[in-house]
Parts: sequence; C-alpha cells; structure tokens
Amino acid sequence: MPRDSLIASDNDADITLEFEGGEEGGHKERRHREKRRDGSKDRRKRGNGRRRQGSRSVERENEEERVGEREKERKRRVKKDQEAKKRDKEEGDRAQTRSEKTAKAKKNIKNEKRRRSEKEGEAGERTEKGKKKVQSAKKEKSVNHGTKDKTHEEKKKKRKKVLETSSEQETSEEDSEDKEDSEDEEVKPESLSPEELEKLKEAVDDKKKLIQSLRGKPWPMKKKLVTLRESQEFLEKYEGALGKGKGRKLYAYKVMMMKKWMKFQRDFENFKTACIPWEMKIKEIESHFGSSVASYFIFLRWMYGINMILFGLTFGLVMVPEALMGRPYGSIPRKTVPRAEEASAMDFAVLWDFGGYAQYSVLFYGFYSNQRAIGWLKFRMPLSYFLVGVGTVAYSYMVVIRTMARNANESGVGDDNSFNFSWKMFTSWDYLIGNPETADNKFASITTSFKEAILEEQESRKDDNIHLTRFLRVLANFLVLCCLAGSGYLIYFVVRRSQKFALDGLENHTWWERNEVNMVMSLLGMFCPMLFDVISTLENYHPRVALQWQLGRIFALFLGNLYTFIIALMDEINVKRDEEKIVKFNITMWEASLYNGTVSENFTAPPITIHPADVPRGPCWETMVGQEFVRLIISDTMTTYITLLIGDFLRAVLVRFLNHCWCWDLEAGFPSYSEFDVSGNVLGLIFNQGMIWMGAFYAPCLPALNVLRLHVSMYLQCWAVMCCNVPQERVFKASGSNNFYMAMLLVILFLSTLPAIYTIVTIPPSFDCGPFSGKNRMFDVIQETLESDFPAWFSKVFSYASNPGLVLPFILLMVLAIYYLQSTSKSYKEANVELKKKLQMQNEENKKKNKKAAQKALMDLEEARKVALESAGHQRNNNASYQGQQAREMQPATRVPRTINHRSHGNPGYLPNFPLQNETMIRRAPSLQRH
Amino acid sequence: MGNKQSIFTAQQLDAYQVVKCFCRLSRLFYRYRDLAPQLVPLDYTKQPDVKLPYELIGSMPELKDNPFRQRIAEVFSEDGEGNMSLDDFLDMFSVLSEMAPRDLKAYYAFKIYDFNNDDFICKSDLEKTLNKLTRSELTEDEVKMVCEKVMDEADLDNDGRLSLEDFQHMIVRAPDFLSTFHIRI
Repeated sequence: MPRDSLIASDNDADITLEFEGGEEGGHKERRHREKRRDGSKDRRKRGNGRRRQGSRSVERENEEERVGEREKERKRRVKKDQEAKKRDKEEGDRAQTRSEKTAKAKKNIKNEKRRRSEKEGEAGERTEKGKKKVQSAKKEKSVNHGTKDKTHEEKKKKRKKVLETSSEQETSEEDSEDKEDSEDEEVKPESLSPEELEKLKEAVDDKKKLIQSLRGKPWPMKKKLVTLRESQEFLEKYEGALGKGKGRKLYAYKVMMMKKWMKFQRDFENFKTACIPWEMKIKEIESHFGSSVASYFIFLRWMYGINMILFGLTFGLVMVPEALMGRPYGSIPRKTVPRAEEASAMDFAVLWDFGGYAQYSVLFYGFYSNQRAIGWLKFRMPLSYFLVGVGTVAYSYMVVIRTMARNANESGVGDDNSFNFSWKMFTSWDYLIGNPETADNKFASITTSFKEAILEEQESRKDDNIHLTRFLRVLANFLVLCCLAGSGYLIYFVVRRSQKFALDGLENHTWWERNEVNMVMSLLGMFCPMLFDVISTLENYHPRVALQWQLGRIFALFLGNLYTFIIALMDEINVKRDEEKIVKFNITMWEASLYNGTVSENFTAPPITIHPADVPRGPCWETMVGQEFVRLIISDTMTTYITLLIGDFLRAVLVRFLNHCWCWDLEAGFPSYSEFDVSGNVLGLIFNQGMIWMGAFYAPCLPALNVLRLHVSMYLQCWAVMCCNVPQERVFKASGSNNFYMAMLLVILFLSTLPAIYTIVTIPPSFDCGPFSGKNRMFDVIQETLESDFPAWFSKVFSYASNPGLVLPFILLMVLAIYYLQSTSKSYKEANVELKKKLQMQNEENKKKNKKAAQKALMDLEEARKVALESAGHQRNNNASYQGQQAREMQPATRVPRTINHRSHGNPGYLPNFPLQNETMIRRAPSLQRH
Repeated sequence: MGNKQSIFTAQQLDAYQVVKCFCRLSRLFYRYRDLAPQLVPLDYTKQPDVKLPYELIGSMPELKDNPFRQRIAEVFSEDGEGNMSLDDFLDMFSVLSEMAPRDLKAYYAFKIYDFNNDDFICKSDLEKTLNKLTRSELTEDEVKMVCEKVMDEADLDNDGRLSLEDFQHMIVRAPDFLSTFHIRI
C-alpha cells in the first residue's frame, strides 16, 4: 500500500518481519481469491485506481483503452463499494498481509517514490478524498481484529506523516478519521498509489502528445475530432483530478493560462498569415502559371520584406533623427545649395538627376553633419550612421544565410537520379494549376518530358560528331567572352567620357550624354541576354544545362558591368580627392584673405557673416557615389518597366488586335505572346539588390527607393503576367533552383559589400561633408565613442582586447575552428556519399538476387507442374516441398544484406522488408501453380 | 469573428484549430458553402449532416483542371464516392495545404494514386496515372516501358507493386513533391 511505501521508517521493517509468517499463507489465498472474483473486484480496483502489483503490468497496457470506461466505473464505484465491503471484511486478514507484502516490495524504490510523492502532493490529496468516502461507508461495519490493530496503527501513523507533507489542509480531518480507521480493518483505503499516479500522469501526457500529433495523423476528420474530444475530456477530468485541494487553484490557473496562451498563439498565427501581403495575387498567378512563375513573386515578396527592414533601419535611425533634430537646411554650408546652383536647384531635370535640393537633403551622405550628438536626446548621429551601415550588411548576411540553410534542409537530398521516372510520374503534376490553358501546357510538357526520358533511356548517349559539338561549344564560349569583354570596355569607356562631361559641366550636354552610363548599362543588361540565348543554341545542351549556362553568363555579364562601373567610380573618387586637396588649399587662402580683408577695412565692425551658400566647398565624393547609385537604380527601374510595357504589353496588344488582319497567325506564329522569364527576372532582382547593398552607405535613401520599386514591380508585374504573358511551354522546376538563386544572392551580397567596405576603410572621408568629416577614417567614430561615452576602464579594456597579441591568437583559434568544422563536415559528407553508394549497390544486388530467386522458383514450379500433370495424385505434396525449399533457400540470401544494412545505417525504414517479401513469394507460388 | 461564431461554436473552432494544418477556417467554410448555398446551412453548431455531391466538389476552380480530381475527392470523402461533408472538405484542404507535414502528404498521395484501393500501387494504377498525366498521348509500348521503369526504380521489395513504404521511400526524396502537392486556397 502506498502510504506504507511513502515513508521509509524502521517500523516498516519491523512490521514486515512480524508478519512474515502469515504472509505466505495469504499469498496463496490471494491468488486464489483473485481468480475467484477477478471481474467485479478488478474492475472496481481499477476504477479506484487501486491496483495490485500483480495486475499492474497488464493494466498498463490496457490503460488507454479503459480511459473511457473509467469514468463510468467511477460512478458505479460507490455502489460496488457497498457490495464489496462485505467481501472485504472476510478478506480483511489476507488483505492486511498482502498490504504488508506490497510494502516490503516497495521498500526498494521508496526513496524515489518519496520524491515523487512530494511532486504529487496535489494528486495525493485526491487520493485521500476518495479514500475517505470508502472509509466512512465502512466505518459502521468494521470489525476488530486484534492482531491487525497494531499494524493498522502503524500504518495510520505513516499515513499521517504523508498527509502532513502533502496536504496541511486535510490533516485535521484525517486525524479524526484516523482514530476511527484504526479499528477499521480496511482493505484499500487509498485510491491511487504513486505508481498509479505516475501511470495516470503518463496517460495524461500521452493524451497531450496525441493531441499535438493529431495534425499529422492520416485519419479522416471525424475520427480526429472524436479522438480530440475524447482525449480533451480525459485531460480535463484527470488533469483536474490530479490537482485537487491546495494545488488545485494554482493548477486550474495554470491550465487556464495555458489555454489562453494557446489561443493567443493561434490568433497571432492567424494574424500573421492574414498579414502576408499579396497572398491572393500570388495564388492566382500560381493557378495560372504553375509554381515556377509564382516562385519569382514569392522571391520578390521576400525581397520586399528584407528591404522593408533595411528601410526601417535607415529611416528610423538615420534619416528621421537628422531631419528632426539635426541642424535645419541652410544652417551650414553642407546643408545649403551653393550659390552657383541655386537658380536651377528646383528644376525638374536637376531633381530627376538627384542634384539641386535633392542632393542637399537627408537623402545623401553629404547632408549629415559631424556633430557628435544632436537634439535633446543627445543622439549620436555619426555613430548611428556608421552602425546602421554595418547593421544593414550584417542583417542581410544573416537573413540570406538563414534562408539558405532552411532551404537546404527542406530540399533534402534530392540530387540523385535513381527515381527519375517515379518522380516524373508522381510529382510532375502541379496541384496548384487551376487554369485550363496552363493545364493543357502542363499536360503537353509532361508528355514531352516522358518522351524525352524514354528516348534518353532507349539510346543512352548517342554521340553524333562529338568534334563538331565541341567546336561549336568552344566557339559559343568564345563569342560570349567577347560579348562580356566588349560590354565591360563599353561601360568603362562611357564612364570615362561622362567624367569628362562632368568636368565640363553637365548643363552643356544633351540628355543622352548626361545619362549615358546608366542607359548603356541598362541596354547592355537588356540585349546581351538575348544575344547569349542565340549563342547558346549553338551548343546543343540539354535544356536544363543550357539554362544554367545562360544564368551563369548573365550573372557574369551583370557582375562585370557592375565592377567596371565601380572601378570607373573609383577613378572618379580619386579625381575628386585631388580636386578636394586643391579646394582645401584654396579655402584656407580664401579664409585668410577674408579675415585679412575684414581686419584691414573696418576693425570695429562685427565680423561679416557669410551666407552658407557662398562658402566654397570641396567636391563631396561620397555624395557623388551615392548619386551615381541612385541614378543607376532609377534608370534600371525605368528600363525594367519600359521593357515590360513595350516588350510584353505592346506586343500582346499588337498580336491580339492585328491578328485578324495579318497574313500569318500571329498568336501561334512568330511574335506570339511573351513568356514570363523567371530566371532573367530573378537575376535582375538580385542585381538590383546588390546595387542597393553597395550604395546604401552613401545614399541612405536607397532602401526606401527600392521598397518603392519593389512595391510597384509587384503590382505591375502581376498585372503584366496575368494580362499579356502565356504560360511557359517548358516548365522548369521551381524548388530545385531556389537555393541556386539564394547562392547567387549571397555571392552578390559579398561582392557588393567588398567595394563598400574598401572605400570605408581605406579612403579618408571628405573634409567638409558627411557625418565623418574631420576624421581621418570613417571608423574612427567607434574609437571616439569609446573614449568619450564610455568610462575610462572600458576603453582601456577594449584597447587591451584589441591589441594584436590577443586578436591574433583569437583569429588563429577561429581559423582552426573553421578548419576543424569544415574537415569534419567534409568527412561526414564523404561518409554519406559512400553509404549512399553502398545502399544503392545493395539495393541493386538485392533486386538481382530476388529476381534470380523468383525465376528459379518459377522454373521449379514449372517443373513441379509438369510432374504434377504426370502424377496428379502427388501434386500437392510436391509443391509444398518445393515451396519449403525455396523459402529456406532464400532466407540466407536475403538476410545477409539486410543485417549489413542495419548495421551501417540503422535505418530499417529505408530498406525493403525481407521476411515479408519471402512470404509474398510463397504466397505467389500457389497462385502460379493454379494457372 | 462575429460571423464565425454564428457558424461554429467556440469549442468546434478550437477543435478545428488543433486538428487542422491551416488557419483560414472561415474562408474554407465559405468556399464550401458557395458550392451549394441552398444545401449548406450557415449554422454548424449542431453539426448537420450535409454532403455535397462530387459534381460540385470537382467543379471547384482549384480542382477542375486536376487530372486526379476524382481520386482526390474519393480519397478524402468518407463514403469513397467523392461526396464530401464539411469535415471531409476541411480534411482535404488541410492535407493539401502548405503546412501539412511531408509524411501526411505522402500518405495521401499514395492513396490518390492507388486507384483500385488495394493499398498497393500496381501496374494498372501506374498506367492509369500515366494516362491521366499525359492524356493518353503515349503509345502502349511507351506506357508499358515507363511503368516498368517506375517499378524497377521504386519497387524495393520486388513484389511487382509499390507498397506505402516503397512509395514514401521514393517520394520523400523527390525535390519538388512538397511544392507541387499542395493547393493554395
């Protein structure tokens, strides 16, 4: 009995010793009796949770099934208790001894149980209550058994102790009852032992788990709902029951809070899904064009999210503080339009070029002042500017890498070709398609893909004139290289020319000359991919390989263009810096002359206040860089939109309306409608983002611009796709290339942060503009903050920490760690590949073996049939022996590989079930024989 | 919310939320109701026994171009005939939603492709699948060959048909099973 077991006291041992003799007799009798009334008593016991050691293991298995029954039984229990009482009286002696025995058995695990009992204090209280009922019912009929009294008293004492530890509330009641109980020779005063409680808890936990896993169960809805209701009822009852008494309130509170929390989470989840923008638009596109086109829009949306955060960072921490708290426009030279430009500063052409008032605003680097702290908040503007620049890059890295890792997890292994046909068969239909036209295309593309695969399978690799193909491929690559080099040179040339124009003064030149660089870059980006497409037809690659080549080439083109642009910009920066030196010298001269002039002319007059617009100033190269990037983005956006309108919309309109008065079928023939070019669009998006990352440091407005652009893009492209594109004929898989695009994005991110970091680290900032003016390097702002804003010890610690003696070992350590991790991952990968190979080989071997065995069995059967035909009477015996033989023969052949596999992978699920298969073989044999 | 509460009781809502893999119960309900406004009551608190015939289910824009629409409806309906109650309907879109776990999807995909409901995908099932996928544009030989290839690839225990294990083994490795086996609603 639990109360005995709950306390480890010396008394316990004494008692058990005392009753050892009687125990053995009781033992036999108990078994006997249990047989006798297994039905009612057992059930009652269960209902009360009063289980004997012997029946426990059985009941554990059945527990879950009985959960439902329990409740009913509980109601019945009261009645049954009354009946049972009589029997109990008779069996009181035996039960008593039995209880002693259980106590003895439990002594070993007493300590553990005691620990549990403390935990289950609440639960124990329930036990006590249930017990009380029974006890009070029995009190009147109780009979005194002198021998038992002593043990009873001991028991009660022990129980009292338990009660004291578990529930102070009820101890007084129990005390009064205990006295009565002492005469009471009660068999089962407790309703639940700790072990049973434990089991109950387990059941409760099981139910909870069940509820959680219910989503993943392949059951029909009704069954799920019923199960859910049942298990929730069970939970409510027993969870509540477990926590009666003192802990009850707390428990109920906990449960309630839990429910509230869950509900909140669910609502929040709902809210989150409701907040995802453009869901319906994307769904519509998905149903029209399949998942690959939709993947572009999902990518666009993802990009939009990132840019929103970047925009929030720059806008909230840089632009708004400067605009609100910084010095107003016109207060200092860097915040004023120079006198020479004032006349045209508001012209649209100038503003469109981001000159004039736009240049001298929060949009660009040069506007920010180098005050250490601005406004009443003492906002550290330069520090914030620097940290936001770093944070932008860091956040982007984090997001991209995290997404890549998640994608890699999702896509899994996926690149082996062992299930080519099966995958085609079972995964090629895109369930998202909900448009007849798309469905037609999909049917056609699936058919062609099957035909292609069949062809490939039939004549694996026919090599017709490999020399010609090789020559053509080399030629194609040569042509592409020429294109790339040409475009690079063109950009370099144009940029240099534009610098010359810039020196002359932009006003003297035409619109084309002013926007030459951007236009040339956009045009190159538009036409070169087409050229590549033409060239790639020379190569005769498989479409998927061709797509990758194409993507790689476009990538190279964009990258080359971007880098040429940057190199040209660097040249320009150097020019500006030379200019700056001269200006600086001139300014000192000018100031000196000004000072001298005033001094000499009228000594007493107040010093002349020069209007900030008149102060000579240096060429702010940072602003120049920012402007270039902004212009690039704008022109890029414009070209994208214009190509969209002309290339897609106009074409579609022409094709549609000229079709009935044209000599050939325009819709089916040459121009037809355009397809949506997923890869090209994704690449465009990626490069656009690269430019944002590169220029965001010098033009804080770039993320904002990009958000705008993406927003418009979303609507414009959605519209264009829906109204003037046709679904692709060759549908490429979307998911496989997902990480490919992400990898590109990562590369671009890295390549675009490289020049930005280079300029930040190596080039000293301009002397009269931007938040870092007057400093030697931009990152000096960190040191300055450390020195002036932190206590002295901190900067000391920092200087110690940053001393090479500490930094170098640290870097070394990191390198070592990276090396170690890398090599381990490499070895894992190798092991993986090896195992995969092994698995495949074994699979094949197994297949062969099985086939052989099956053939042999077939032959045997044939023979057997012949024999059977000859001697019809012996037919059955013969076959039986053959089958037996086969089964025996096959066992070793199939078992060996299985055990090996188990050892090497420990994943039996991956491998066929061999014994089962033998059975099927055997089963098949008679069916063959019948034919 | 006000609308929802008149359709379902709070408990029902809770239960659905726990059991299902989607969050848009009300939308799904209205989609279901829109199929046959005269049949489906607006009050589901008493769990009325309403079933929509397959003709209505199969005409949903999400399903109507799907070559396997009949199978889908049959698999998810309780009677196996494609007539769906609201629960079946929710069940269907729960499994086909993005949030459903891969194993669950694989299980139902197996059921969908198992045309004769014998818990194995045998050659006849494969042929039917293929003919539905290609609108019977492949020749008999080609169909036969593809089916043989599929068996060859995926039938690990070599019993001439694909069991659920075979199918799962094959499908969990497919790179775009998850992206194609879902319906956005």
